[in-house]
Amino acid sequence: MQWLGVAPFFLFALLFLILPTLYLVVGAFQNAQGEYTLDNIAQLFLDASIRNSYWVSIKISFWSATLGAIFGLALAVAIVRGGLPSWVRSATMTFSGVASNFAGVPLAFAFLATLGRLGLVTILMRDLFGLNIYGMGFNILTSWGLIVVYLYFQIPLMIVIITPAIDGLKKEWGEAAATLGATTWQYWRMVVIPVLWPSFLGTVILLFANAFGAIATAYAFTGSSLSIVPIKLYAQMRGDVLHNPNLGYALAFGMIVITGIANVFYIWFRVRSERWLK
Amino acid sequence: MRSGRFWAWVTFVLGACYFFIPLIATFEFSLRMKRGEYSFEAYKVVFGDPRFQATFTYSAVVAVLTIILGVLIVVPTAYWIRLRMPQLRPVVEFVTLLPLIIPAIVIVFGYIRMYGSSSPLPFLATARGTDALLVIGYATLALPYMYRAVDTGLRTIDVRTLTEAAQILGAGWTTIVARIILPNVLISVLSGAFLTFAIVIGEFTLASLLNRPAFGPYMQLIGANRAYEPAALAIIAFIITWGCMSVIQVLARFAPKSANQPN
Repeated sequence: MQWLGVAPFFLFALLFLILPTLYLVVGAFQNAQGEYTLDNIAQLFLDASIRNSYWVSIKISFWSATLGAIFGLALAVAIVRGGLPSWVRSATMTFSGVASNFAGVPLAFAFLATLGRLGLVTILMRDLFGLNIYGMGFNILTSWGLIVVYLYFQIPLMIVIITPAIDGLKKEWGEAAATLGATTWQYWRMVVIPVLWPSFLGTVILLFANAFGAIATAYAFTGSSLSIVPIKLYAQMRGDVLHNPNLGYALAFGMIVITGIANVFYIWFRVRSERWLK
Repeated sequence: MRSGRFWAWVTFVLGACYFFIPLIATFEFSLRMKRGEYSFEAYKVVFGDPRFQATFTYSAVVAVLTIILGVLIVVPTAYWIRLRMPQLRPVVEFVTLLPLIIPAIVIVFGYIRMYGSSSPLPFLATARGTDALLVIGYATLALPYMYRAVDTGLRTIDVRTLTEAAQILGAGWTTIVARIILPNVLISVLSGAFLTFAIVIGEFTLASLLNRPAFGPYMQLIGANRAYEPAALAIIAFIITWGCMSVIQVLARFAPKSANQPN
């Protein structure tokens, strides 16, 4: 009887989350005749263009997550521990909340207006310093350009998530370390870094999954010229460019596997990091 | 300590540069539409475009429907889990986190394959049905944020006592959820609602792949064909996101801070 109370939720989740995903997962292991096969999965590794798109996606997600986490951590430490006025902290936190949700099509526009061929920074570099950055081989429409764009939501997301962890570093630990004669460097190396390490790695993984599934920013930014997995899948859904629907399912399955593995690690690091944050 | 503060300022200023230069550049770019002078011409063109008005209205309506659907699913479930079935909490929490694991493009891929015109649930056979599927898809994407917001709100009220008091006074389940529980977690629900609105209003992937006339695909189309209007749209989108987040911050001030329940 009391199951009735949660029945709508589970029915909704089943119909619109679990079954559609399962449909693709099962399809990834079938051929056009509906027989079970591993050919599609093998094809993900054998087809050079698919393999390459996974590689580019992983590279972009990895670097945007790692750099986003490092810069985000530096900013978070600066506003929490740097002795800055308190308005700096509240302004940064508010802005991070906004910027971490400012992704997708408009974000791409903003960076095209900044570092595109006619962007403000490009033109200022040319007029003020005589630097024609596009003449020097710079191009924003590359994977590194996309990483710079992704950092615009990755860094704020890191700040939002890691600031509570830095707040969790107790003042007493610093005092205890100082009493025992530790230098600042020893305090960081033996107390701060080991305590923050699991939350740091956990957030890196979250940022990785965040970038890996994103498509709107990249699509508005480069059209379909940059071959990352979500854009390939988008093209496949639009017009079966792989000429094999089941290979399309395998492409989607590969994405779930990668974000799934990432989340298993995330949960593991979260459990470890919560030990210190009570 | 003094050198520490110096480096903190350096870090902060560098970060501020990275975050503000694109905003300034985009704003400056959006003013350049008329040759040789700054003007709000691009904004005038955007706001005057009937497709802007139509797609923005469409997305706003979809966002509101998404929020209603999300509340209808999440509030009774989170309430029931707290009241009667705490043993199910890990399962429900895991399910609500799935949309963060399964990318949106994969979920919509599944929809397109499962709900075509020849399936038992032919959502995609009609335009209205596809609109409904879009709302459902957004409610799925919003599930993690909605559930967490509502569950946090429920933590601050004494669900059991409120329920028993209402039952003694003769209230049925619908009355309890709609007139006792919902008003008590309204602030949390509204936070989740504004976050949902910020996510849905410019969303591109689902709307584009379901071929709906939403604001996200419209922005993408303008971006591919125009020069100055995209910058104006980026500024408009940033202001909308900013507005939603500010409302959430203001709401947080009204939210009760700690649990007042005995257990």
